[in-house]
Amino acid sequence: MGGYAFYVWGAYGVTFALLAIEVYLVMKRKRETKA
Amino acid sequence: MKTIVRRDLLLALRRRSDVATALLFFVIVASLFPLGVGAEPNLLRAIAPGVIWVAALLSSMLSLGRLFAADHADGTLEQMLLGAAPLGVVVSAKTLAHWLVSGLPLVLIAPLIALQYDVEAGLYGVLALSLLLGTPVLSIIGAIGAALTLGLRGGGVLLSLLVLPLYVPVLILGAGSVEMAAAGLSPEGQLLLLGAMLIVAAVFAPWATAAALRISSE
Amino acid sequence: MTTQGIRWFWYASPQTFFPLAGKIARVCAVLAVIFALAGLYVGFLVAPTDAQQGEAYRIIYIHVPAAWMSMFVYVVMAVWAAAGLALNTRLSFMMVRALAPTGALFTFIALWTGAFWGRPTWGTYWVWGDTRLMTELILLFLYFGVMALQAAIDERRRADRAGALLAIVGVVNIPLIYYSVKWWNTLHQGASVSFTKAPSMAATMFTGMILMALAFWTYSIAVAMVRLRCEIVETQ
Repeated sequence: MGGYAFYVWGAYGVTFALLAIEVYLVMKRKRETKA
Repeated sequence: MKTIVRRDLLLALRRRSDVATALLFFVIVASLFPLGVGAEPNLLRAIAPGVIWVAALLSSMLSLGRLFAADHADGTLEQMLLGAAPLGVVVSAKTLAHWLVSGLPLVLIAPLIALQYDVEAGLYGVLALSLLLGTPVLSIIGAIGAALTLGLRGGGVLLSLLVLPLYVPVLILGAGSVEMAAAGLSPEGQLLLLGAMLIVAAVFAPWATAAALRISSE
Repeated sequence: MTTQGIRWFWYASPQTFFPLAGKIARVCAVLAVIFALAGLYVGFLVAPTDAQQGEAYRIIYIHVPAAWMSMFVYVVMAVWAAAGLALNTRLSFMMVRALAPTGALFTFIALWTGAFWGRPTWGTYWVWGDTRLMTELILLFLYFGVMALQAAIDERRRADRAGALLAIVGVVNIPLIYYSVKWWNTLHQGASVSFTKAPSMAATMFTGMILMALAFWTYSIAVAMVRLRCEIVETQ
């Protein structure tokens, strides 16, 4: 990444981690409300 | 409208402690900073506009709870909702009374605080003017939050959270104007924007507050 | 004309919309993955390296779309809020609740990725004076405010309406974010994408950004639809 690895992966990593967490939480809520 | 203002002022005067609390809070917060950051004169002079403005903001948030609470408790609010006078006008009158009691004193006391911070003499005018334009905006916009959180448990803290994003532009312009003047530049831009904000808020916010009151009282 | 009118109010009932929401969620989830893969492919493997910023600029492929989403979701939320207050439809208020968390998330992502882009490129994670950064931060607090207010009010109807009003009041912030770059030029770089002129960046970069924007958009719809279905079931 031309030396910018920390920044690029830091940005992308946190983004996709947060999106994954949101999806997980939403699916968890879905399971619990329709169970 | 005059009757409502007069009535609210009389009520406020009767409960002097509430009024004094907000004012004292302002003074105390502003006085705490030199203790916390050290008494280095240049530092104090630099942070003075921001500190004074933040203290004014916090004091305003603190006193907003009072705006509708008393009327809500004794049923006067319901009467206002059913009454003949347009709710927007009632709201404006109450807000004006609130500002006269909670905001205007801040404007008057601020120069004394500025003295503590060894602010240059020439900046007092800009500071007072920015607060004079800004504190009414805080009251007017804060009223929306006060109406929305009427009677809620989390009350004060929730009100602060709601009102904070709307306050930030006022803070930036207000403190910014004094900082511009301190740097030798003209504070006109910020002050004009503050004035514009005041006019726009005074015209539109009361209707939002009135709608919020109706929502909170159903 | 009349048939379409009836259909709209028919779908405005949460019960009726429930299965449709599920279908939309599934379709959009698949689309989101496809767009994301396409966008990342274009962004990393097709678009060239930036002359001045090197590889660090690649953050743009999530930063800008996230910022666009943060504003877009808020406006959509505010429109549903207004619809709810005007028409008194339960579904409208549920859409407000369904959209808010996702909008807040994209706002945070925009701020975070912006900071990580700013540090190597312009030397700093954050600047307190820049208007765009300020207004985007305000947007985050507005989202939190709407969610907190709705959570604090036990009575459902009042919670819906209060949150909706707050959302609408806060909408004035959106034009401020959008035009802040044009009016005040401090740290945040000027707009290089506009809807009327041709963008002043390489076409491949632009394509990458648009693909990621579509990915985020379909993602938001999918997540909002699932949340909406949960809301519908929970408020039975």
